[in-house]
Amino acid sequence: MNEQLVTCAALTKHYGSKPALNSVNLQLGRGRIVGLLGPNGSGKTTLIKILCGLLQPTDGSVTIDGQPISPYTKSIVSYLPDRMYFADWMTAADLFDLFADFYADFDQEKSLSMCASLGVSPRDRLKTMSKGTKEKVQLVLVMARKAQLYLLDEPIAGVDPAARDFILNTIITNYNENGTVMISTHLISDIEKVLDEAIFLKDGQVVLHDTVDNIRERESKSVDALFREVFRARNFEGGAY
Amino acid sequence: MEWGFTEDRPIWQQLTEQITLRILKGEYPAGSRLPAVRELAAQAGVNPNTMQRAMAQLEQTGLAVSSRTAGRTVTDDITIIQNARKERAALAVTQCMTTLRELGYCRADALTILKEVSEHE
Repeated sequence: MNEQLVTCAALTKHYGSKPALNSVNLQLGRGRIVGLLGPNGSGKTTLIKILCGLLQPTDGSVTIDGQPISPYTKSIVSYLPDRMYFADWMTAADLFDLFADFYADFDQEKSLSMCASLGVSPRDRLKTMSKGTKEKVQLVLVMARKAQLYLLDEPIAGVDPAARDFILNTIITNYNENGTVMISTHLISDIEKVLDEAIFLKDGQVVLHDTVDNIRERESKSVDALFREVFRARNFEGGAY
Repeated sequence: MEWGFTEDRPIWQQLTEQITLRILKGEYPAGSRLPAVRELAAQAGVNPNTMQRAMAQLEQTGLAVSSRTAGRTVTDDITIIQNARKERAALAVTQCMTTLRELGYCRADALTILKEVSEHE
């Protein structure tokens, strides 16, 4: 097993002439819960999509468990996309069967017990479910795998605050101890206390990567407060009318 | 007792304080077994690594001891708990006196007020 789970070196991605990631250097260890934090358009989703092999980088290199992105890395990465990609006539149980076929590390028993504790009935069709319930089903699909890297793109954006706590609890009680969880979000105050580390992404660059405790100790303020400071939007200066 | 965190300090420090308080209040009695790190982390809604760090600190202070057979328990040494309780009480008094001083009371007046109010309680 490789010591560092994820290594990015000078990772760059352009969409046409538009840069999305600009020479990102990043190392992630094992058994960590990492927050990928940044405002809209800072490159969070691009980074996650490169890690799970959906996008090719323009330049630079990425390895996961010492391997370049490949069928092997896909087998150890569990990805929660920012939008739903399943046919809506399927039931949650259908999806569990599908995932069990595709991923050797999918634990069907665990998926059913997680459904029970999240209050989702596996026999319901997706189209009859609310947005929050669909997100819960997706989370179950992702967390019921025994993966090494979990990439969760905005997992709590669409659910109410009570369900948010429940989902975060599901994440901290269900990730395996050698696995690392990377959560992208801008709802920082909600997830701050479950994080080991925070990564601030700004205009496609990493501007801060440290443990949450270090940040709080050094700055005497929460990661949320620091985020607001670093990414304070400049007031619109329209000039005099 | 509910878990709660303020913004300005590391979470592990606040966890250590809150578990200490639970021990001093007898919620976790002397010599009793402490819940597992994962269980406590889930209760408080925090990262298990953070809870682990808080527990390590608790062992440093002597309030918690871990043994290979019994897991992690509250110390059965009553003097350690008594000392910690006294320290906590001293802190509460200091805070109270500071507030009263800021309100403009001298030490003697402050003590009189303390006595009056506590008699009515």
